[in-house]
Amino acid sequence: MATRALVHLPAAIRRGEPFEVRALIAHPMETGHRVDTQGQRLPRDIIRRFEARLDGELVFAADLHPSIAANPYIVFPLVVQAAGTLALSWSGDRGFAHGESVALQPS
Amino acid sequence: MKRRTLLAAAGAGSLLLVRPALATPEAMRRALAEFAGGAVLREGRVQLEIAALVENGNTVPVTLRMASPMTAADHVRRLALFTERNPDPGVAVFHLGPRNGRAEVATRMRLATSQTVVAAALTSDGTCWTTSVDVLVTLAACVEP
Repeated sequence: MATRALVHLPAAIRRGEPFEVRALIAHPMETGHRVDTQGQRLPRDIIRRFEARLDGELVFAADLHPSIAANPYIVFPLVVQAAGTLALSWSGDRGFAHGESVALQPS
Repeated sequence: MKRRTLLAAAGAGSLLLVRPALATPEAMRRALAEFAGGAVLREGRVQLEIAALVENGNTVPVTLRMASPMTAADHVRRLALFTERNPDPGVAVFHLGPRNGRAEVATRMRLATSQTVVAAALTSDGTCWTTSVDVLVTLAACVEP
């Protein structure tokens, strides 16, 4: 199934004023501590890293552990001086990788 | 030994077997020290917003915040979350910089049991600030199926 991710930005962004970027991604964040009905340990399957790049420059990153709830939701602030592209990427266990790009148009 | 006590002991033993090893306050201190990277841990400045009474430990909203000008010379480099009694003491480390404008990050975490949650901030001048909050959890995060 295709990965679903949502990136939410305020309706209006102002140059030089911090705004919130809200990122949500569908992922079970299997901890590796649970067992199935046969008593077999379910292998860990989590997102380990989240990165935000503004026109290629790393502006925010997060290292995640199994204690992050399923469907990781991350809110972080950002300041921009000019229009640009914000690229968000998630990567993790079992080769998980997903990216989203949003255009920023500050006024 | 009476049969009843033997059964009770067996029951307790099997419970212990399926329960994953929980981190200890000691493990959390080690994780914090590793995060601080040699900096002295100081209490205060960083704020941790989390409900004191949590009904569902599977998804608990948390906000980390620290007052900072966030300039190239003076900013918060990292914000991190630690737990005392989840299986793994580390929850998340957030990497920030002057491009963030302010030091405030929110996410949702799991809580395996009632415990102390610690927020830590590492600033550009190399000091590490911590704040802890005691949280009461009524329904724990499922670490078992």
